[in-house]
Amino acid sequence: MSNATLKELSVRLAAGDCSSVELTQDFTSKINNLGKELGCFITVDAERSLAQAKAADARRAAGDAGPLTGVPLAHKDIFCAEGWLTTCASRMLSNFVSPYDAHVVERCNAAGMVTLGKTNMDEFAMGSSNETSHFGPVRNPWNPETVPGGSSGGSAAAVAARLAPAATGTDTGGSIRQPAALTGICGLKPTYGLVSRYGMIAFASSLDQAGPMARSAEDLGLLLNVMAGHDPRDSTSLERPVEDYNRDLEKPLQGLRIGLPKEFFAEGLSADVRRTVEAAVAEYRKLGATVVDISLPNMGLSVPVYYVLAPAEASSNLSRFDGVRYGHRAAEYTDLLDMYKRTRAEGFGAEVKRRILIGTYVLSHGYYDAYYIRAQKLRRLIAQDFAAAFGQCDVIMGPTSPTTAFKLGEKSADPVQMYLSDIYTIAVNLAGLPGMSIPCGFDGGGLPVGLQIIGNYFDEARMLNVAHQYQLATDWHQKAPGGAQ
Amino acid sequence: MAIQLDDVRRAAHLARIAVDDAEAGAALAQLTRVFGLIEQMQAVDVSGIEPMAHARDLMLRLRADAVTEENRRERFQAIAPEVESGLYLVPKVIE
Repeated sequence: MSNATLKELSVRLAAGDCSSVELTQDFTSKINNLGKELGCFITVDAERSLAQAKAADARRAAGDAGPLTGVPLAHKDIFCAEGWLTTCASRMLSNFVSPYDAHVVERCNAAGMVTLGKTNMDEFAMGSSNETSHFGPVRNPWNPETVPGGSSGGSAAAVAARLAPAATGTDTGGSIRQPAALTGICGLKPTYGLVSRYGMIAFASSLDQAGPMARSAEDLGLLLNVMAGHDPRDSTSLERPVEDYNRDLEKPLQGLRIGLPKEFFAEGLSADVRRTVEAAVAEYRKLGATVVDISLPNMGLSVPVYYVLAPAEASSNLSRFDGVRYGHRAAEYTDLLDMYKRTRAEGFGAEVKRRILIGTYVLSHGYYDAYYIRAQKLRRLIAQDFAAAFGQCDVIMGPTSPTTAFKLGEKSADPVQMYLSDIYTIAVNLAGLPGMSIPCGFDGGGLPVGLQIIGNYFDEARMLNVAHQYQLATDWHQKAPGGAQ
Repeated sequence: MAIQLDDVRRAAHLARIAVDDAEAGAALAQLTRVFGLIEQMQAVDVSGIEPMAHARDLMLRLRADAVTEENRRERFQAIAPEVESGLYLVPKVIE
């Protein structure tokens, strides 16, 4: 049963073939075994999950079920969930039991979904390998010696290993798409503002966006239908009419114009990833799409721009963790300043401190114009490149990540090498565009490759259509790692 | 504009993070690498370009000036390191 998609589980629950309690027990027992080996979860609470499942079954018996009532999912530990330990994978919040629900969690609960647990991640979502977590790394179910990507590595590995049919994630510079690619699942980062950031622990507020992670495009749409929607508590949440993101799934792709940016296929791209992505584009041609060569000339600057803007915003956002109102407080200190300094030195890990220092430096007197303002100007150039490209094509495609999953420890000594693994995803966040990753094959070592699909603003329904039609013609998204079957 | 050890110490102080000499030295080596990457930005002419502060140049909404939050002081203070009479306790600042 744990091999079924969200859609299949929804149908089975509606037909009475299984109960939510049975489903939840099935997943929680798998999480207790394989989940522990892989390090996917920070917190599980089977009793709490079962109580939700019982309530969902009762709701169905009362004739009040929606499409996802009783369907389990996992939440990235960046989302506050009332009564749940919510750590953001940091020592700083290792004792933080949230007194309220994030908007995303509230929406999933209202839909009757069952929370299976809180997934592991890079500390405060800062990382591309899930190795910066205070609670230890996550292992990739395709090869436990490799990383699952990050920062939503626990969510990605859990879905890939069939420990959850779907999970929530967040994406500031690629944190949904890159781990989805490295673990062979699907992940969607919506247009900035589509999903409320309320109760989602802030990293870089002008870039952070939550989205669904699942095993098919159709499942992403089902979950996005629950997650998206206006929320007055997030000042950047957009007021738009409610959409069914799966409304266009069945549309044929005849005449679809796919833009291939030459910068996505330049130096640094592994030969296996290139070959696999080119094969996926060839499949799209068979489905009736045409291919247009495009250019995003400023894309090479997206990594440097991001590593000014994101740390700058993070240094401000993370100043709230001071040991006064909640979270870790140092045991010994001499005065208030010393309490702040020791609390933050102990509470934050090395990568988080590094980014706070970068952010503090680029915002400090004398450097603000040279770094921060310049980065904001370049951000506009990058966004303008996409606007020009979408004059020539309907969607943009390319690799999600330059390589497949790398070995644990391989890039952790050199931050710059790690940062460059997000080279194809970061520009999308800077522009605020929607982007997704779907599995499209394997490298020579049997590790999954992700195809990135970038849409214009609010084009999620079209992107899901484009991904779904590919998944009707191919079966890459149905492949499961050995241990998961 | 190579970053110096004093810059690291100053940033750490501004960010309220205690660093000893060994940590500051290690941070300097890492930050030097990162700023090597960041300096690529200086190669581009950005004159006449408006800074983009936010995705899509969002306009922030205003809401009605009304009370929207209920009082949840007790729930929020239940998870605080140290409270007394509804107040958060910190080391004495004024003798």
